[in-house]
Amino acid sequence: MCECNCHENYNLDTLIPKVGIITGITQETPDVKTFKVNAPGGGKLFEHLPGQCAMLCAPGISEAMFSITSSPTNKEYQEFSIKKCGELTSYLHDLQVGDEITVRGPYGNNFPVDTELKGKNLLFIAGGIGLAPLRSVINYVLDNRDDYGTVDILYGSRSADDLVKLEEIQTKWSVAEGVNVHLTIDREQEGWDGHVGFVPTYLKELGFTTDKTALVCGPPIMIKFVLQGLKELGFTNEQIYTTFELRMKCGVGKCGRCNIGSKYVCKDGPVFRFDEIEKLPDEY
Amino acid sequence: MYKIAKENLSALFREISKTQELYLPIKTAGKVNFGAWTEDCEVDIDTLKSVKSPKDAFFPQSENLYTCTTEDKKIKITPEELKSQDFVVFGMKGCDVQGVEVLDKVFLSNPVDSFYQARRNHGTIVAMACSEPEDSCFCKVFGIDCANPQGIADVAVWNTPDYLYWNALTPKGEKLTAAVSELLTESDETAVNSLKDDIHNIVEKLPYMDLSLDGWGGDALDEKFNSPIWEELYKPCLACGTCTFVCPTCQCYDIRDYDTGHGVQRYRCWDSCMYSDFTMMAHGNNRTSQMQRYRQRFMHKLVYYPANNDGMFSCVGCGRCVDKCPSSLNIVKVIKAFSKEGK
Amino acid sequence: MQELINRAKELLNDGTVVRVLGWKAGDMPYNPEPAFFNSPEALDEFVYNGFCGANLSKYMIEASTLEGKTLVFLKPCDTYSFNQLLYEHRVDRDKAYIIGVGCKGKLDIEMIKAQGIKGIRGVKGAELTDDCETLTIDTIYGEKTCSFSSAMLGRCHVCKGKEHKIYDEIIGESKDTQDQERFAGVEFIESMTPEEKFEFFQKELSKCIRCNACRNVCPACSCRKCVFDSNKFDSTQKANVDSFEEKMFHIIRAFHVAGRCTDCGECSRVCPQGIPLHLFNRKFIKDINEFYGDFTAGETADGDRPLTSFTFEDVEPSIVTERG
Repeated sequence: MCECNCHENYNLDTLIPKVGIITGITQETPDVKTFKVNAPGGGKLFEHLPGQCAMLCAPGISEAMFSITSSPTNKEYQEFSIKKCGELTSYLHDLQVGDEITVRGPYGNNFPVDTELKGKNLLFIAGGIGLAPLRSVINYVLDNRDDYGTVDILYGSRSADDLVKLEEIQTKWSVAEGVNVHLTIDREQEGWDGHVGFVPTYLKELGFTTDKTALVCGPPIMIKFVLQGLKELGFTNEQIYTTFELRMKCGVGKCGRCNIGSKYVCKDGPVFRFDEIEKLPDEY
Repeated sequence: MYKIAKENLSALFREISKTQELYLPIKTAGKVNFGAWTEDCEVDIDTLKSVKSPKDAFFPQSENLYTCTTEDKKIKITPEELKSQDFVVFGMKGCDVQGVEVLDKVFLSNPVDSFYQARRNHGTIVAMACSEPEDSCFCKVFGIDCANPQGIADVAVWNTPDYLYWNALTPKGEKLTAAVSELLTESDETAVNSLKDDIHNIVEKLPYMDLSLDGWGGDALDEKFNSPIWEELYKPCLACGTCTFVCPTCQCYDIRDYDTGHGVQRYRCWDSCMYSDFTMMAHGNNRTSQMQRYRQRFMHKLVYYPANNDGMFSCVGCGRCVDKCPSSLNIVKVIKAFSKEGK
Repeated sequence: MQELINRAKELLNDGTVVRVLGWKAGDMPYNPEPAFFNSPEALDEFVYNGFCGANLSKYMIEASTLEGKTLVFLKPCDTYSFNQLLYEHRVDRDKAYIIGVGCKGKLDIEMIKAQGIKGIRGVKGAELTDDCETLTIDTIYGEKTCSFSSAMLGRCHVCKGKEHKIYDEIIGESKDTQDQERFAGVEFIESMTPEEKFEFFQKELSKCIRCNACRNVCPACSCRKCVFDSNKFDSTQKANVDSFEEKMFHIIRAFHVAGRCTDCGECSRVCPQGIPLHLFNRKFIKDINEFYGDFTAGETADGDRPLTSFTFEDVEPSIVTERG
C-alpha cells in the first residue's frame, strides 16, 4: 500500500452495485410482476427522481436496466414492474420474497417534475409495460397534487388482463381529484365494458386540448402513432416527453453503446423532449 | 536537463523497478507491446510504435470490478481493490500521451471511474520524443509535437544513439527524477535541440501531415451523418476489432460476468463498436448494419467527442489503424473522402 | 492493369455483370482496399498490383445475395477459397463471373519496413509488369531497394502454384513463387519438446488481442453467428480473461476449419500482432495428408472430403496417441 491518502477521496465506483432484497412481489398480469426492493438492513437502497432507472442484476445470469416505477415520495421501498421476456426477467420472475439481487443506480435524468412540468396540465399516455416509468411520475404528481394542474391518464394494453397496476389505477388514480383515467384494450373481451381500441385511436377520439404536456411511453410503434395523433391535435414537439429507458448498458455514459449522435441515453437521457429527439441523427 | 548513457538504461530500469512497477515497450515474438519490465525481458525503445497503444496501463483490456458470492441465498459483493501502487509507464509517444488525455475526459468526468482514476493517480508517464516518425503518422494534425512530449507527461525523454536525455515536467516527474538521480548526469540542451530540429524536418516531409480537418468537429453532425459517402466507405470493412483495439483513444467497453465456480467475477473488457452485437441492449440493437457501425466509429472520433469535449478530437494521429487494418481502411481515408467530395 | 479495367468495363457495359469486385487504389502506394465498383466510371480508381493481397472470395458470400452477377478478380490461390465456399454452398457460381488474374507473389509492407525502410512515399516494381525481381522505394530519406521476394507475404514463399482452379477467363501471367518447403514450419514445431512447443505458442498467443481479424477475414469462417459471439458461452469474451482464452479461441477455430482450410494465409496476413496462425491450420493439413492421402481443400468444388466422408481404411482416432 502506498502512503498517500488519495483513496480516501474515492466514492465506491458507480459500477459497483448494492445488494437488494426482494420484500414484496405482486403478480400484475400473466407476464408482469412488480417487485419491492429494499436494502438488506431495511430502508431504501438510494433516493431517485421520477423517470430514473436502475440496473438490476442476477449475478452470473445477466443484467439489465429497468425504470424505477415507484415514486420518490414512497419513503419505504423502490418498485420495479418487470415483464417476463428474456433470460434475466424469467429468472427474476422465479424469485421469492427474501431473495437477493444486485442493484446499481440510479442512472439517467428524470422527467422534469420540479421544473418544466410544474404547474402544467399533464397528459400521460402509456401502452402495456410502458406504464412503468410513467407510474413513478403519476404518483409523484398525485402526492404533490397542488403543484400540478389537471391530470389525464390514457392507458391501454392488449387485454384487460394485461393492464399493469389495475388495482392502483382503480382505487387510487381514478378517484383522485382532477384526474381522469381513460383505459382501453386492443380487442373486445368478455367482462370488459370499457373502451376497446388502440391507444393512438382512442387518443384521437378523446381529442385532448393542447393546454397539456404529454408524457408518452410504450412500444415504439405506439409511440410513433401517438406522436402523429398528438400533432394532429395541435401539440408541438416541445409539449411531448418520452423515455428511452431500455437502451443503456453501463449507465454512466462511458461504455459507448447508447449514444444517439453525441447524446448518451444513459447520461443525457433516458427522458427526452421530442424537440430534442428531432435534433438527433436518425439512429434510434 | 539530464542525460544517461544508453548502456546504463538497464540499470535505470532496474532502479525504477525496485520501488514500483515499470511498463515499457517489450519485444515478444517479434512484436513490440508495452509490458511489465523483468530482468530478462527484451526492452525495445527504438521501434517507433507498439502494436497496441499503451492505454492499457490505465485502462486494461480486461479488469475485474468485483466478485459476487452467494451463500444461503445471501449475496456478498467484494469490490476489487483499486490500484494502490505507484507505477511508471516509460516510453509513451506524444500521440499516446494525448490519447490518455482523451480517455481522461471520459473516465474522469462525472461520474468518475474510480478504477481508472486510481491508475492515473499512481502512474507516472515518461514520454519519449519520436526520433523517426513514419509515413503513417499524422499527430501534427491534432496539434501534437512529437519532438517535444508535453501535456500530461511527467517526464520527457529523448532517445539519441548514445544518450537518453531526461527532463522532468511535473512534480511527479521531479519525484521520479530524484529517485533515479544517481544514474543521471546534468546536460545542456544542445543535443536535444538538434534532435528536435531533425524530427521537425522529417515531420514536414511525411505524406499525411497536411491532412485537413476542416469541416469536422462538434457542429458537423447532420451533414456528416447523412452523407452518402459512408455507404461507399464501409464496404470492405470486415467488422473485426483491430482498429479499435490498437487505438489509443477507443474507450468503449463491455461489462461481463465470469462464473469461476466459486462466485461470479464481474469484469470489464474492451469492446469494439465494429462488432455486430455491440449495441445489443434490452430494446434490441440500434446499429444493425456495418455501415452504421462504421459511421459510428468515425463520427464518434471526429464529431460526437468534440461536441462533448470543447472541440477536442478523439483521434491523435498515431496511425496504428493505418498500419493495421486488414482491409486498409482507416480514419485518414475517411477524412480524405469527405474533403474530396468537398463536404 | 489497364487490360483488367477494359475487360471489366466491357462486361459491365454489355450487361454480363452489374458490379465489379476488385481493389481500389489507396492513398499510399501500398494500401489498396477491396472494393465494389458499380459503374464503368468508378473503375478509374481500380488498381491491381503487388499489394493487392486481400482474398476477395469471402466478399463473394455477400455478393451472392445481391441481384445480378458480380465480376470478381481472383488470384490463383484465391480460387481455392472460392471453390471451397462453392462446395459449402456459401457462394453462388451463377452470381459470379470470375476473371483469374495473374499473380507473381503478393507484398507485405511490414516486410519492407522490417528491413529498415521508413518514411515510404512511393514504391516502384510492384506493378506486376516485369519479372518482379526488385522493388525501388522512394522514401523521405532517399531511394532504397529491396528484392521483391524479401518483401513477399509468408504464404507466397510456399505458393500453391500458378494455376487458377476455377475461372471464366484468365488475364495476366502468373509465377510460381515457392522457394520454401511448405511444411518446414510445422516440422520445426513438431521437432520441439512439449515444453518448447508450449513456450513457443505461449509467446506467440500472448500477443493476441482478440480483435477477431483472423476469423473475420477467413473464407472458411463463414458461420452466420460464430460460437465465440454467443453470450451463452463463457469463452466468448472479447477480453483475454486469462491466457487460456485466446488459446481456446485459436485452437477451436483451427479445429473448425480443419479439412476446409485452403491455406490461403489470410489469417497470418491480417494479424496485427504477426502471430503465425497459419501454422495451426497447416498442421492439420499435414496430418490429413498423412492419414488420408494428399488432399488440398478447394482444388475442386465437388468430390469427397477426407473429414466428411467415411471409408473403412480411415485411421482410427487412436492414431493420435499411438503417434505420440
